[in-house]
Amino acid sequence: MNTPGTPKIEIRDLHKSFGKNRVLQGINLTIMPGESVVIIGGSGSGKSVLLKCILGLIHPEQGSIKIDGVEITNLRGSELETVRRKIGMLFQSAALFDSLNVWENIAFALIQGQGMARDEAQRTAIARLSDVGLRHEVSMLYPSELSGGMRKRVGLARAIASQPEIIFFDEPTTGLDPIMGSVIDDLIVKCVKELGATALSITHDMASAKRISSRIAMVFEGKIIWDGSTEEIDRTDNAYVQQFIHGRADGPIQMQIQDHFEGLPG
Amino acid sequence: MLSLIQAIGRTFLNFLGATGRISLFTAVSLSHCVRPPFYSRLIGRQMLEVGYYSLPVVGLTAIFTGMVLALQSYTGFARFSAESAIPNVVVVSITRELGPVLGGLMVAGRIGAAMAAEIGTMRVTEQIDALTTLATNPFKYLIAPRLIAGLTMLPLLALVAMSIGVFGGYLVSIYKLGFNPTTYIANTIDFLQVQDVLSGLVKAAVFGFIITLMGCYHGYHSRGGAQGVGAAAINAVVSASILIFFSNYFITEIFFSR
Repeated sequence: MNTPGTPKIEIRDLHKSFGKNRVLQGINLTIMPGESVVIIGGSGSGKSVLLKCILGLIHPEQGSIKIDGVEITNLRGSELETVRRKIGMLFQSAALFDSLNVWENIAFALIQGQGMARDEAQRTAIARLSDVGLRHEVSMLYPSELSGGMRKRVGLARAIASQPEIIFFDEPTTGLDPIMGSVIDDLIVKCVKELGATALSITHDMASAKRISSRIAMVFEGKIIWDGSTEEIDRTDNAYVQQFIHGRADGPIQMQIQDHFEGLPG
Repeated sequence: MLSLIQAIGRTFLNFLGATGRISLFTAVSLSHCVRPPFYSRLIGRQMLEVGYYSLPVVGLTAIFTGMVLALQSYTGFARFSAESAIPNVVVVSITRELGPVLGGLMVAGRIGAAMAAEIGTMRVTEQIDALTTLATNPFKYLIAPRLIAGLTMLPLLALVAMSIGVFGGYLVSIYKLGFNPTTYIANTIDFLQVQDVLSGLVKAAVFGFIITLMGCYHGYHSRGGAQGVGAAAINAVVSASILIFFSNYFITEIFFSR
């Protein structure tokens, strides 16, 4: 049980390297219950690695990750599974299970994790499907029969099916047209509000970030270089944030672009 | 010279690393095979996939192997007027070696590659990560049912292959080579020993474990999209085939060395 004032997620001095590539270089982030935090940053800045460290899919070399005050970096097996039952996750590609139909995907955590009977789980899955704006006929389709937007909605329905306390969103609007992206953002806001959950999203879509967040943090070279409320981000004088949110090529963030034509004749 | 020694050393260290990773993977997988919860629906589905759907390919391989064996044995033994040994050669060869080994190789091609491709695709499309975040252990949900299915279904398939293979030899011997059916069957039963069938079943169980283990291992560790999944399927079939021949020798040594 979370005591008042205890952060929902607390990350301190987190480090992770892959070979010589130091991806996370001392991340510090505190997220209070009910907050919706979006982490922005360029490709390769360490956003996804940070998310995977919190989920326990990658083990950091140094630092602390606490969920409801419980240190999770040293947890294994059933203890870690207990923490994961508090979490829902919408993957960038939705990551629906190909071998299961839509309702079995949505009800997966209910059947496998909570031991719910299949009939009851199916009814719950169809209710969640309705929450994300899909008809019950969709419940019998397989993931290969769905469009990109429908896959995201089903992924969202699966993420909220077990009524998690924390929901992670990995690039929720990537690959969608602007209208469908906006629809997904509205659904995220609605679902998070109805559940009273804490949300942590990563994206580089600034329009989406502003719609779904109450707070934004920017990662650059493995560190949080700016952290503030969504309203503040347009007013900040941080040159890195300004370059990123306006998508300028010139500025302190230098993209690693190799000129393949350099040295060629003509 | 120094670079040659470095290359040998690097290869040796890579081999040791791979052996360690496979050993660890095997130990974790086996521990999940014997610890609850057990996913009976998934185990049943895998048994159907490994056992029932492999029947046609294993049956066809067995019947033609038995037929060719009878024909080849006849052309050789007829020179020494030893045609009566054909039932013996057919039944011993099929039960001890050809049934389990050829059946195992066919299943390695069909099931090993399919498992590596399926689990590999799940890995590169983040479905295995999704399983983990849904508080479900991938070893228990994906690996253990496949290992249990391989371990239990291959001996049954081998039993079918033995029966069909011996029947193939019978067909050629009776309808092409003109053997007396009653004598052929009597000779077959006389020569057949429990140990012949038992060794074949033990081999099949070991081969089933190897095939599913290699399929799961290479699929689970696949990287890099479609190319990585393709490589995982190839590695699963090649490594399973080599390990089948390798283990076949040692099991034969245990059962039949004097």
